[in-house]
Amino acid sequence: MSNNDDLTSEAIRHLASLTRISMSDEEVEKMRDEMSNILDNIAVLNEINTDSVDPTGHSVDLTSVLRDDVSKDSLSTTDILSNAPNHDEDLIKIKPVFE
Amino acid sequence: MNQDDLKNLTIENARDLLDSHQISSLELTEAYLERIENTESDVNSFVTVSKETARNDAKNADILINSGSQNLLTGIPLQLKDNLCTSGIRTTCSSKMLENFIPPYDAFVAEKLKKQGAVLLGKGNLDEFAMGSSTENSAFQSTKNPFDITRVPGGSSGGPAASVSASQCLFSLGSDTGGSIRQPASLCGVVGLKPTYGRVSRYGLIAFASSLDQIGPITHTVKDSAMVLNNIAGFDSKDSTSLNVPVPNYLDKIDNGIKGFKIGVPKEYFQEGIDPGVEKIIRDSLNVLENLGAEISEISLPLTSYALAVYYIIAPSEASANLTRYDGVKYGFNYSDAENMWEGIEKTRQFGFGDEVKRRILLGTYALSSGYYDAFYLKAQKVRTLIRKEFEDAFQSYDVLAMPTSPSTAFKLNEKMNDPMQMYLNDIFTIPANIAGIPSISIPAGMNNGLPVGLQMMAGALQEEKLFQASYAFEQATDWHKIKPDI
Repeated sequence: MSNNDDLTSEAIRHLASLTRISMSDEEVEKMRDEMSNILDNIAVLNEINTDSVDPTGHSVDLTSVLRDDVSKDSLSTTDILSNAPNHDEDLIKIKPVFE
Repeated sequence: MNQDDLKNLTIENARDLLDSHQISSLELTEAYLERIENTESDVNSFVTVSKETARNDAKNADILINSGSQNLLTGIPLQLKDNLCTSGIRTTCSSKMLENFIPPYDAFVAEKLKKQGAVLLGKGNLDEFAMGSSTENSAFQSTKNPFDITRVPGGSSGGPAASVSASQCLFSLGSDTGGSIRQPASLCGVVGLKPTYGRVSRYGLIAFASSLDQIGPITHTVKDSAMVLNNIAGFDSKDSTSLNVPVPNYLDKIDNGIKGFKIGVPKEYFQEGIDPGVEKIIRDSLNVLENLGAEISEISLPLTSYALAVYYIIAPSEASANLTRYDGVKYGFNYSDAENMWEGIEKTRQFGFGDEVKRRILLGTYALSSGYYDAFYLKAQKVRTLIRKEFEDAFQSYDVLAMPTSPSTAFKLNEKMNDPMQMYLNDIFTIPANIAGIPSISIPAGMNNGLPVGLQMMAGALQEEKLFQASYAFEQATDWHKIKPDI
């Protein structure tokens, strides 16, 4: 876990592309330094033996919640579209996906 | 009502004034709007002041009061942290991404307060998407600590804590993912409660880390905190993690005292980098509790220092998933000069998010990547199990645990902005309660060089009543909550 030599500039660029955030070279270098420092601090968890421990996703034990299959009022299309940056009547407009 | 009168006002005595018709809700609301106008250039705690809706809310509240159909919070002026959705009122998360977002619906808590006839004055500033401990990560403004405006109010609920501290409202609601209610409450000399995970519905709270986020009140007094929790707690079918268990009246046992209360004091909270002035105040506070009849014992919670590392894996991982929704398509900021859709999304996220948010999205994505998932995310979840068990074991023997809320008092603006790790260490004493999902409160416990110090207490899951009982006993025996900033 503590092998943060892995955290190359290339790795940061890969993460940035996975998360769809454009970054300048300067931002990439700054992010690499800061993340390396944070990961070094996180590495203390290796000191703890967790071999036979189950993971906790939520602090309360959750069960699936089901409801009756009954239709209810929901927000109107006008309400939903009121915050859309671009729309044409009832459709949201985006830039071309394919060239 | 003049400005100095507002400084000594609590929900409890404002209720009396309203019910006995000594003041109307509209007069009270106007007094607070004037107070905001006079102090806001120093404090900067509001992202939005909603004057007109506040006046309308107040007029409606007066109708309810005059017809005798008021509730505990009818006509009471409040603020909401700006990550709680308010129908028709801009909700920004203090992010450029949501600068112009006007929610078409109310958060569960906003709707509950509205139904009660409470008066919304406006929306409180925060670190962008609630990520930070100083409110300096807000894309719009840095909120100042009312006790010293060259210092931070803490964060991420810095706006809510500063506004209550500066008597700009009677209470505010914040959200607490790793200390974001309690740490600013401590630094601003007010009462901050993080309830049990699931006690208050998160519907309409803009998500940061869904397994840790919890909404809670920031108030002048412990009794006010209990009054607010009475009115926002409860099951909500729109939040699948909301607990379907009865809500007690949190005022019922508040005055029972703490004779025979068993209070554990974990020694690990007095070790790492704690300011000696803060430590002395907390030790003195423990003596106060002992003199009130509590049995104080030093205990050990050896996993305490690991909670920070667990948090900085789990919270960014959940955030990286939650924040994928901001793509500039459905709502929010949109980079309009892109050639194609993908460039549009990438530039929208580049310019819409600030540095801390990007840092956490990348960190979370790293921790969840194939090849690292077991070593980071799964490991953190396993250590989370052990931390939760450590608390469960402690609460077999103790009613509450007591410790400092924050290792230091309010620090200077810009002091920690260039070192993320130093900033993260502010939350070292508050994060464990989020990891375990247990309730925790911070109350004013002293002043160190003119700056407030908070005493933190934690209890077992759904044991908020014990927290109120112990904090109320402490508050009745001390005057720290009566110290107000000169502002």
